[in-house]
Amino acid sequence: MADSTVTLAKPLALHWQQPGPRLFASIKVSLFLVCLLPLAQLLWHALLGQAVNPIEDLTRGLGTWTLRFLLLTLCVSPLRALGAPGWLLRLRRMLGLYAFFYVCLHLLTYLWLDQFFDWAAIVRDIVKRPFITVGMLAFLLLLPLAITSTDGWIRRLKRNWGKLHRLVYVIAPLGVLHYLWLVKRDIQSPLIYAAILAVLLLWRVWRYLRPTLAARVK
Amino acid sequence: MLIKTLTDRLSADITPQEVYLNRRQFMAGSAGLLLPVSAIAALPATKSPLSTSEPPNSRSDITSYNNYYEFGTGKDEPALYARRLKTRPWTVTVDGEVTKPRSFDIDSLLKMKLQERIYRLRCVEGWSMVIPWLGFPLAELLKQVQPTSRAKYVAFETALRPGEMPGVARRVLDWPYREGLRIDEAMHPLTILAVGLYGELLPNQNGAPVRLVVPWKYGFKSIKSISRIHLLEKQPPTSWNMAAPNEYGFYSNVNPAVDHPRWSQATERRIGEFFKRKTLPFNGYGEQVAGLYRGMDLRRNF
Repeated sequence: MADSTVTLAKPLALHWQQPGPRLFASIKVSLFLVCLLPLAQLLWHALLGQAVNPIEDLTRGLGTWTLRFLLLTLCVSPLRALGAPGWLLRLRRMLGLYAFFYVCLHLLTYLWLDQFFDWAAIVRDIVKRPFITVGMLAFLLLLPLAITSTDGWIRRLKRNWGKLHRLVYVIAPLGVLHYLWLVKRDIQSPLIYAAILAVLLLWRVWRYLRPTLAARVK
Repeated sequence: MLIKTLTDRLSADITPQEVYLNRRQFMAGSAGLLLPVSAIAALPATKSPLSTSEPPNSRSDITSYNNYYEFGTGKDEPALYARRLKTRPWTVTVDGEVTKPRSFDIDSLLKMKLQERIYRLRCVEGWSMVIPWLGFPLAELLKQVQPTSRAKYVAFETALRPGEMPGVARRVLDWPYREGLRIDEAMHPLTILAVGLYGELLPNQNGAPVRLVVPWKYGFKSIKSISRIHLLEKQPPTSWNMAAPNEYGFYSNVNPAVDHPRWSQATERRIGEFFKRKTLPFNGYGEQVAGLYRGMDLRRNF
């Protein structure tokens, strides 16, 4: 069984061999533009569409896309293990930074269009409402990851960089929890995100424990 | 014989010509029957001094942004799917602690003296609208069935039609949707049964053919597509209270001082406005209704 997957995956991986620098640059630029499409769609809908409650749609849409980018970022490693080419890893930073970009806009709509920078009310909200507390916590935890995403920081932090960026395993569940606690009654949609996240995280647990388990079996 | 030929067909199988013609007549006749329905689409109504002078929201806002979970939990789903609901024939059964229980045909309800009531509607989710309802005081209907002295509460039930309501396939709430009022709240002149909107018959997504409107309570109290009204001595169970008792109380009066456990109720976004408004106690109807709750702890009875 395992052999057959390898033989299947191998030619695929070979076919996807490292693209040349020019091709890779255009892949990067395309991805950059594609990641802006959700924002364009949300703004179009809010400003020019027939939205009845455009501000809420915008806030929710930006939050949803934050979660999607977080999950996409977490998909890269499992895809690699399934035989996807290595250069996919070099696109992960952009996906992570887009998660940060969308969460910044999401937070801005809350601070501005929902609270109109009434800082006393905002602080009350953060303290009193669990879904805002966890949302804000997730944002704060994402900050150091965004700051240390540059090549300089990767070099300076060495092995610690990887450890620091494992914070995403905390941030993503907080994001899903933020969504779950906000929903009034129909939790189907947050549960879908929770299920996808669970698969992505459990795969990592399995990968981490596999050597230990294999040793024990021996 | 495997292959039927024309001669195999009995003459009895063939629709006689006069019946065939009758069918045409019948169809023409029903087209005629449809005419009065479209004619009463414009409902005659008198203006009411209980209306707000605030500008109402657009008809398209009111009819495309709805919470009506029987047709799905998305705001746009009721407008997409509620047309499946057959609102004719329709009866509203009124029974329980009443001297004269009876069923009201929807056409008899449409013949009641209708008033236009332009009310604010505040949703528990933090948005609000101004809606020009057409309807009549619930008290007028209740007087006809003569509540007994034991009638302390009024329970309402939405019709449950799994074949016409795609949303009830999922048990998001314990169907059928149920709501309730204390009898004095039900008899209050502000409490109406609405059958119309913007001068016309109520669109399905807004609760056709007949719904409750209690403007000083959060929107979910104003139950849609009512099939049964039941008067009783004890406080009836209500859908949202059953679903999350710590979040949705039986009274659910609009109250900026009592937050929803998960979000603030101090402000609201009036649909169509950029800035948020301060939410008013009893949705601004305090002058008329605060007396109903004198001596009650509204923090506990939220």
